[in-house]
Amino acid sequence: MKIGLAFAAIVGLFLTVAMLVTAGWDRPPVVAEQVGYRGLAMEQVDNPRMEAALVALHQAPEAIYPWAPSDLPPAGEFYENLQVLGHLPEDQFLRLMTSITEWIVPDGDCGYCHNLENLASDEVYTKVIARQMLEMTWAINEDWGDHVGDTGVTCYTCHRGQPIPSEIWFTEEGPPQAAGFAASRQGQNIAAAAVGMTSLPYDPFTPLLGGTESIRVEPRTALPETPGVSIQETERTYALMIHMSQSLGVNCTFCHNTRAMASWEHSTPQRITAWHGIQMVRSLNEDHLLPLTSLFPDERLGPLGDVAKVNCGTCHQGINQPLLGQSMLPEFPSLAQRPEETAAMEEPADEPAADEPAADEPVEEEPDPAAE
Amino acid sequence: MAEYQNIFTRVQVVRSTPDLGVPLPARRADRIGKPIIAYWLGKLGNAQLGPIYLGWTGLASLLCGFIAIEIIGLNMWASVNWDPVQFIRQLPWLALEPPGPEYGLAVLPPLAEGGWWLLAGFFLTASIFLWWIRTYRRAIELGLGTHIAWAFASAIFLYLVLGFIRPVLMGSWAEAVPFGIFPHLDWTTAFSIRYGNLYYNPFHALSIVFLYGSVLLFAMHGATILAVSRFGGEREIEQITDRGTASERAALFWRWTMGFNATMESIHRWAWWFAVLTPLTGGIGILLSGTVVDNWYLWAVKHEFAPPYPQIYPDLADPAAISEMGQ
Repeated sequence: MKIGLAFAAIVGLFLTVAMLVTAGWDRPPVVAEQVGYRGLAMEQVDNPRMEAALVALHQAPEAIYPWAPSDLPPAGEFYENLQVLGHLPEDQFLRLMTSITEWIVPDGDCGYCHNLENLASDEVYTKVIARQMLEMTWAINEDWGDHVGDTGVTCYTCHRGQPIPSEIWFTEEGPPQAAGFAASRQGQNIAAAAVGMTSLPYDPFTPLLGGTESIRVEPRTALPETPGVSIQETERTYALMIHMSQSLGVNCTFCHNTRAMASWEHSTPQRITAWHGIQMVRSLNEDHLLPLTSLFPDERLGPLGDVAKVNCGTCHQGINQPLLGQSMLPEFPSLAQRPEETAAMEEPADEPAADEPAADEPVEEEPDPAAE
Repeated sequence: MAEYQNIFTRVQVVRSTPDLGVPLPARRADRIGKPIIAYWLGKLGNAQLGPIYLGWTGLASLLCGFIAIEIIGLNMWASVNWDPVQFIRQLPWLALEPPGPEYGLAVLPPLAEGGWWLLAGFFLTASIFLWWIRTYRRAIELGLGTHIAWAFASAIFLYLVLGFIRPVLMGSWAEAVPFGIFPHLDWTTAFSIRYGNLYYNPFHALSIVFLYGSVLLFAMHGATILAVSRFGGEREIEQITDRGTASERAALFWRWTMGFNATMESIHRWAWWFAVLTPLTGGIGILLSGTVVDNWYLWAVKHEFAPPYPQIYPDLADPAAISEMGQ
């Protein structure tokens, strides 16, 4: 009896100390759903209470008014310098402009991107970037169906009411470290939020998502036949995988059978989707975001002068289907695909300098809702 | 009766005057430290603290160990730019990393690029070797067997495999383990991922058997002796030569429970071998990874050691092989 009490007290003490000095504890209930063959511990662990809290956070916004077909003439006939949206009927064009304002700068107005004295002018950099963002949205929805399916994305998928999406990345040097002959951290060994507060390399993105260095680390032969990948490269891949797990709110076994991480045959179909996602992110960073570097003012660039880039978290934001899989494209079909070639007839002269307004710098008067 | 339901030390091993031990031969350095008797130490073990025999191996070992810890600690501190608060907060994350793969087996890469790691490793190894010599020589001097030294040697073997032997065979210091709390754990997981799942490494499996076996034996033995301490069972040496009621009852308990029982002597052989074989087999498993076997899962499949499981999602295949993009 006495020994039992003492034993219980010690166990209780250890658990209490462990709970107080370590982080990341969830209150029950915890639900494990089997996602693979029995006996392989392939299961998805969720907490229904926390899942319910996520539902409210990840609702697609209501459209300001429902989409309707229109027989109005194209907006390009009324407005100047419509390089990518001139094909839209005028009412749909204005609806999209208003929606974009709601999605990006809900507290601001057209002045975030436009010179209010001359809406056609390209002098505000955000307008030029917004145009490139539309191109990017079309690229995602048309070219990357293997990842985004029919659900697709809109501006809101990433922006969520903010001019700069909350989860973006820059090339990181990390916090300061002593120079000289003091040992280098070698890009790891500090508690890094980007990789789930592990001590793994804190910037796996630059080589693996900004560049196209190999993510694969496991040999394909039982015996050593070719020089293998280093432990350091393995940790880099491991860091990227932790990022994916965090970004999607899933375990390793969402995609992998952990007895044989590399085996595609024993993985889940989600791993195929994720593979296309990695290719997509690489392409978006390389083809759509890097070219924008010179358009951004210095304060929008990273500490090393690179442009903001995307990773898995930019869209997913903690859940495996962004916006819980709700598609906004039925309400915004113009974002689902690039305009027909006929729309390109718009505006042969796209020299923004020619549109310089007479009024002097009205834009500067606008409060910048994006001020950080 | 409740007096004997103990899991804490109940008997104070106290003398009225401290035991100074047997006289030392001439010309041998003396034991140092004035012994004290502490009640709370008596709760954990013998209440007497000191004197200690350090000798030159002990002294040199402590010095080398101190240098190694200084190199590791100061470099960790430098890695947070000498910020004392961050040093404490981030301590479990901080590390001293080995040289990168580009340096191969360079004798001394730049200090900032892994040179300090080699120096720390050198002094730590020297410290451990000197301490081993000390345990060996103290045992001889006391007229004991050298079992403790050889058990310690088994752990040293694993340490050398991880930080020296395997990196040399692989031709790169980068293969070695960083000095750091979380970083060495991340290294361990990355190592398992890189070599195709260490659970399919049979020597890893053996090491786990001996590790868990050690735990089981330790629990069985510790519990048995405590349970018979009411009959003086903790006085093991006497029980070996003169089996009293404690030893008999302990033996009968296990014979009646599982048909077989160890003896007062053999239980310690079981414990010694299980403990020694844990790092020994583990070290062999590490040594074979990358040198002899590159992917333990595929190796286990090849040798029908990994059981097959059905593929429940049909038609999954490497998309890089299908798509032209490659990776």
